Amino acid sequence: MKISFVLNGKKRTADVQPDMRVVDLLREHLHLTGTKEGCGSGECGACTILVDGESRLSCLMLAAQLEGKRITTIEGLSKGKRLHPVQEAFVESGAVQCGFCTPGMVMTAVDMLSRNPDPSRDEIREGISGNLCRCTGYQKIVDAIEAAAKDKSR
Amino acid sequence: MKREKQIPFRIGEATPRCDARTKVTGQERYAADYYGDHFFWAGVKRAGIPHGKLIKVHTEDAKKLKGVVAVLTSEDVPGSNRVGIIRGDQPVLADKKICYAGDPLALVIAENKETLQAALALITFDHEPLPGVFDVEEALRKDAPLVHEDSPGGNLLRLVSVETGKGASAFDECDVIVEGVFETPFQEHAYLETEAGWAYLDDSGQLVVVTATQTPFRDRNEMAPALGIDVEKIRVIVPYLGGAFGGKDGITIQCLLGLSALHTGGVPVKMWWGREESFLASVKRLSARMRYRLGVKRDGTFHALECRAYFDTGAYAGLGETVMTLGLEHAGSAYRIPNVSIKGSCVYTNNAVGGPFRGFGVTQVTAAMERIVDMAAQKLSVDPLAIRRVNAVERGDKNCIGVTLTHSTGIKKCLAALSDHPLWREREGWKMKAGQFKKRGVGIACMAHAMGYPAVVPDFANAKIEFTGEGRFRIYAGIVDMGQGNASTYAHIAGALLGQEASAFELIQPDTERTLPSGSSSASRTTYVYGNALVISVEDLKKKILDKALRLFSTAQAEELMLVPGGIRHRKDKKKVSLKEVAGLFDESERFYTAYFRSPAATEMLDRIYLGPHIIFSYGAHLAYVEIDTLTGCIEVTGYLAVTDAGNVINPQAYEQQIQGGIAQGIGFALSEDYKAANGHADTNSLATYIIPTAMDVPDMLSVAADNAEETGPFGMKGIGEISISGPVPAIANAVADACGIRIGRNPITAENIFRALWEQNDQERPR
Repeated sequence: MKISFVLNGKKRTADVQPDMRVVDLLREHLHLTGTKEGCGSGECGACTILVDGESRLSCLMLAAQLEGKRITTIEGLSKGKRLHPVQEAFVESGAVQCGFCTPGMVMTAVDMLSRNPDPSRDEIREGISGNLCRCTGYQKIVDAIEAAAKDKSR
Repeated sequence: MKREKQIPFRIGEATPRCDARTKVTGQERYAADYYGDHFFWAGVKRAGIPHGKLIKVHTEDAKKLKGVVAVLTSEDVPGSNRVGIIRGDQPVLADKKICYAGDPLALVIAENKETLQAALALITFDHEPLPGVFDVEEALRKDAPLVHEDSPGGNLLRLVSVETGKGASAFDECDVIVEGVFETPFQEHAYLETEAGWAYLDDSGQLVVVTATQTPFRDRNEMAPALGIDVEKIRVIVPYLGGAFGGKDGITIQCLLGLSALHTGGVPVKMWWGREESFLASVKRLSARMRYRLGVKRDGTFHALECRAYFDTGAYAGLGETVMTLGLEHAGSAYRIPNVSIKGSCVYTNNAVGGPFRGFGVTQVTAAMERIVDMAAQKLSVDPLAIRRVNAVERGDKNCIGVTLTHSTGIKKCLAALSDHPLWREREGWKMKAGQFKKRGVGIACMAHAMGYPAVVPDFANAKIEFTGEGRFRIYAGIVDMGQGNASTYAHIAGALLGQEASAFELIQPDTERTLPSGSSSASRTTYVYGNALVISVEDLKKKILDKALRLFSTAQAEELMLVPGGIRHRKDKKKVSLKEVAGLFDESERFYTAYFRSPAATEMLDRIYLGPHIIFSYGAHLAYVEIDTLTGCIEVTGYLAVTDAGNVINPQAYEQQIQGGIAQGIGFALSEDYKAANGHADTNSLATYIIPTAMDVPDMLSVAADNAEETGPFGMKGIGEISISGPVPAIANAVADACGIRIGRNPITAENIFRALWEQNDQERPR
């Protein structure tokens, strides 16, 4: 089946199988491998993307569900060489270690800050609690999101 | 918040990692990220039963399926079909026996993922079930079923004993004796990137394997005999790993990938385990049962220690016996104990396969020792910090296996910093403020962790750096960066010596053809050993650059020149030339600098313990605040302090990353992680049933670096990768005891366990 959607600001059409997952469409067919898969069952959050601005797990969505939607993946977040403030904060705060959870974590943070531009540390922790990270202990991720929020409000 | 550009690396300055930008933008290519124009998928049929005689694997139906390229069994393995760095007891594809539920029976190669899954479902096998053995002590009984009939020790893989002083007879001289039994479960690494990679035969017939491994050079040596290929015909390339923590130390998918590539006519073949398969077939931290006895003099000095430990290596040896041995070497934690009797049995069972996990056996014994220390303090009515300060080792002391500590030994400094910290000084006030139905407690623990390999295993690295024609620097790192950031620290070290900033460096990740053998990414060794080698090569290169640059300046004295970002400047007249100009003066043959470094190792008492002792240790003292809900048993770690002696700090940001990450994994181990393989079946095979901490389960952690240089380390550093994971289990357990007087000997300490213990406690206190 043919679907049309906007991917990282560009109109796209794709011919997809009815049972194709979004994560496979992105990674295997569009070669956007920044979106990671860590569990395939909605538990780790590594595959988080934005669909119409809201965070969604691309391993639990079928490609057909993208019809008419606006999709942002990690590749579409920075503008040219300029990083999104959340990405910049992740780099500067040391929130990246192995980096496999990072794209999903960043997408979740972007969504959270769009709804709550000035979250407390507890709110940040709750907001990213659906994204597992095994390297960092989360502290520097919380630092980064806190810094990005301050950076934005400045 | 952006740092100014063109600031060279400085030792001791918090600096973002070189790999952060490509990772945060999704540009970094991991082993799982390969999708070529034309490639196949490979996958494995696993046994699903814990123990049995394998009679026949039926592959005919799978072979007939359209889109299936090949279906392979043990008969198709051209070599020895055995891996295992010490014992060589693990089959690439099971031939005679099934020893645990994850054993691979058949390998399928298919044109796409869907066909692969369909083909795997068509494979069946005939077997004769065998009674299994699932408990370490039962496994040692005479009538226990044997996991490996040809194992010389039966189910006992290795027995390690150490006696010092008068051994256990010294308990007669003690005023107070405390004892306890402690257990730690299997722990799953749960790296976000499950096992992944791809492989192909190139035009010259070389097998190229691109995969997530901590041990590229060792893997090649294991793959060659197992697959019957000349080692020189195997090339292993390792991108950045999506986490490993010991779980990718050794063979996981390498042989399966290699075998697949022999059957695809040059077409690349990819394998990527799903999460369930990763839980089932990856190695686990060895579970342990430890019987401890500590004898203490009335003045609080430790006099005698007895440790009887049983480590479960599961179905295969792997590095299990070395994991246990390192644990036993640390059985007495960071204390002086003149008389010890330590005995450990590493045992085969039909549970999961045991293997390395950050902490490598030390995490298990520290969980036991640091609790028994608290029990001794309680019995003597002394402060748990005071008893630790009395007994903590100093340089020149002997550790618990009788080896003299000749290197930096900073545990006393750690304890001093902890005792001065507000979290320690203000603990009683904090505990008093517990709300209704809440109880608060504070617990501490000490820990030590050896760096590098044991004495008889040469611990070396070969650094290689290139001064490119563009005047930039290319560092060829032969040691894997599994996420800990060692590669970035290599740039930091070289940058500090060469006066350059991050953009001057390119980091080449391990590739057996381009980088030089430097051992495994493990044992808290990567920055120490490769960093030391790198310092030598960079100093040589720097001298050459300055010598050559003299031609571009009106001076004959290299000392008058200095390296600045992107160039060389005369110290007085400020004349500057670019590094690119200087690079133009280099012949191609002069661009590469290499250096070898071998870590110092024990030269005496080599027979004291299996593979010999270690001599350089990092130390830590941790403190945990916990709050318990007495109505539900729910426990929360509300505060955490880690004071660490890992020598000087090169990059405080990277250092804190290691401390915080280790603590979080330790908190998970303390409170929720429990890989259940009851009767050999993987019962916790998803992230919904095996619970690792989320952002809501870990508090903000405080890290203090005890100022204590290790003279032999690059810029005075020593290993930081593992030390912090051993603190949380005992510190939290001791805090639970402090809060409500209950001692739970097995982690994870769950709400259910706490609730039950509180119930029993109330039951005893209730008037009858």
